[in-house]
Amino acid sequence: MLDPIPAEASRRSRRSFLTLGLLGLGGVGGWAWLNSRPAVSGVPGPLRRVLDFNGRLNQAYLKETRLAPEFARSRASTPRVNGRIGLAPPLDPATWRLRVLAYGTDQPHEFTLAQVMALPKTEMITEFKCIEGWSVVVRWAGVRLADFLARYPLATRSGRPANPLSPPADLAPYLSLITPDAQYYVGLDSKSALHPQTLLAYEMNGQPLSNAHGAPLRLVTPLKYNIKSLKRIGTIAFADTRPRDYWAELGYDWDAGH
Amino acid sequence: MKTLVEKHPLAIRWFHWVNFPVLALMIWSGLWIYWANDVYRLGWGNTTLLKFFPQSVYDALGLGHQLAKGMSWHFVLMWVFFLNGLGYVLYTVFSGEWRYLLPTRHSFQEAIWVTLHDLGLSKRPLPARKFNGAQQIAYTAVVLMGLGSVLTGLAIYKPVQLGWLAQLLGGYETARVVHFALTVGYVLFFIVHIAQVVRAGWNNFRAMVAGFEVVES
Repeated sequence: MLDPIPAEASRRSRRSFLTLGLLGLGGVGGWAWLNSRPAVSGVPGPLRRVLDFNGRLNQAYLKETRLAPEFARSRASTPRVNGRIGLAPPLDPATWRLRVLAYGTDQPHEFTLAQVMALPKTEMITEFKCIEGWSVVVRWAGVRLADFLARYPLATRSGRPANPLSPPADLAPYLSLITPDAQYYVGLDSKSALHPQTLLAYEMNGQPLSNAHGAPLRLVTPLKYNIKSLKRIGTIAFADTRPRDYWAELGYDWDAGH
Repeated sequence: MKTLVEKHPLAIRWFHWVNFPVLALMIWSGLWIYWANDVYRLGWGNTTLLKFFPQSVYDALGLGHQLAKGMSWHFVLMWVFFLNGLGYVLYTVFSGEWRYLLPTRHSFQEAIWVTLHDLGLSKRPLPARKFNGAQQIAYTAVVLMGLGSVLTGLAIYKPVQLGWLAQLLGGYETARVVHFALTVGYVLFFIVHIAQVVRAGWNNFRAMVAGFEVVES
């Protein structure tokens, strides 16, 4: 005679193991399907959409008043030189100009380093965080991008200064920074661009920037992985949509925000 | 006579089997990320007992040069890991399953006894309960580790906007070390877990899939 309990046991086992097997196959199938989706900037489309959702979440939560921690001056050291993209052509400091294209008109305005340095000098000792995972405390000095855009109101269509605490309605939502040779380019949201710790830096650890670290003027912001901290700024422009970004095109998160 | 005794509720089995591949992929994509700055080791001064990881490990597993891919998978699957883990914790709280899982004041003493038994150093039979003291400690600890991974992960993911969290966890660099150490912890947990499942036998394993155990009564 058949034992009724083992019969029920094997029936339930069969069903459960089948379900687990299907779950496994579903997982493997889902993985294969996701990897087969057309890539958007180097990342399978569905994954890119989740990354962009994460970025929007970060933007919604981001506040200008939240500051990156600052450190004692004795902690500061020199970061390793990781990226030389955009630095190949020889630099002539005498003829270098910062070009800013006014929002809406794209009319170029040129600034000498002396004009930039005439604005209030801001110092900060912050963690420089590479997307590779290392970080170094660095003492930076430069001009707040917010101060620059308050003095030279090129980020609004109306020509009103870009006050970060009450941003004008016609403030450009995005900023683009490009090296003079256009080999390296970065896109920034205007909230991060106007953050008080986002600098147009000209000094590192008390010395003028070296060529390898982005002379004569570079961007520095602890609000992003420093793939965004473009060296040797050539042109700053404004945009309604997310500008091109060198590393985002190679599969990294566009926002890359901290 | 043999009877079927219900052991693991369906919900817990789902949480468990969803978590297994998701955590595995979180670790895998985490290794793609870690490769880009693989500075951790066990050792002191110039003496290194164990480097995380020797080049041969990267070569054997094909882990190199995939930082962007690792980050994109990690920051997608983090949602699944988090929501599944949250669902598990809420389920155990509201179903009352937590009563079997949380250690009691006797658990630590019992865990020593269980460990001695499993190492063959004691003949005293194991406590006849759903989860013994060693299991209660292990299963509660691994959930706390999951919480630790989420918090240290958030701290290194958004160290400025969640600066309070990063500072609470000892800063950006420390949070990253802890995040990595917890991952090593999962691997150690996994090794012991698999060994114990193999020892405990088919009836016990089937219960995690089908929910019941066959008991001689």
